[in-house]
Amino acid sequence: MPNKSKYEADIASIRHMMDRTSKFISLSGLSGVLAGIYALVGAGVVYFMVHFPRSPFSYRIETIQPFDTIMKLMAVAVAVLVASIGTGLWLSSKKAQKAGVKIWSASSKAMLVNLAVPIVSGGIFILILLMNGHYGVVAPACLVFYGLGLINASPNFYDEIRYLGYSEIFLGLVSASLPGYGLLFWSLGFGVLHIIYGSLMFRKYDR
Amino acid sequence: MSNPFNKLDKVLEHSVRLQILSILVVNESYDFNSLKEALELSDGSLATHIKALEREKYILINKSFVGKKPNTRYRLSEKGRQAFKKHLDAMESIIKSQKK
Repeated sequence: MPNKSKYEADIASIRHMMDRTSKFISLSGLSGVLAGIYALVGAGVVYFMVHFPRSPFSYRIETIQPFDTIMKLMAVAVAVLVASIGTGLWLSSKKAQKAGVKIWSASSKAMLVNLAVPIVSGGIFILILLMNGHYGVVAPACLVFYGLGLINASPNFYDEIRYLGYSEIFLGLVSASLPGYGLLFWSLGFGVLHIIYGSLMFRKYDR
Repeated sequence: MSNPFNKLDKVLEHSVRLQILSILVVNESYDFNSLKEALELSDGSLATHIKALEREKYILINKSFVGKKPNTRYRLSEKGRQAFKKHLDAMESIIKSQKK
């Protein structure tokens, strides 16, 4: 008659298989922290380019109108995005290699599709907003769609990602009702929240 | 009290089969090659276990082609889900009864 330890080993292997095949466990918390730092640097660059010497906390009446300012803002945003994704891929592939798993698996494909649907539709929506001159709601829309993407992909991640998604949506909605503070909320959502959740995840899963 | 060992599923006594079902519980469907990678098995031995699960109608098979390559995907059947749950419950009660 098989003894108890066989069943305990079976249960452990079930748990392991469930996590390994459904979750993108290679995501590194450190890449979240770095993405947050890039976002803060980007927000700093934008602040000195556009708003300086006005205090970042003071309410802005005028909107950003000149076309070249919009282009500069978009260039900074794209640079932050590329740097964050690049760092994320690099650190995650390192973590995957260390754990002996493949980074490109059925679970990471599912995760990308789940993440991409809200984020790509949000991106297109935001471009349409920009073309029509609705600059004030661009930062809130970024936060809300990013949060929706995270929640949609959260079954493929550790739980923290879902809470990060809720926080982004909440910030986005608050930001939408305070249109003068877009940059400030953008820095909170993409900078500070990433650093907080990234370091939480780093402490829990990466050490 | 009834003997919890009698409630174990004979087909699922094999840990590889249990692992296949546990993958299909959390993934809507999974293809042959990804299963092979996740379980680190050879083609032949995975095929044998799949056949055993198929015979019990615990999994459903969907064969299609991606370009010219055959792509076989597996899904958990309702019967398979119930069997998996029952087997887990039996294992749980065995572990509990032996801890006393």
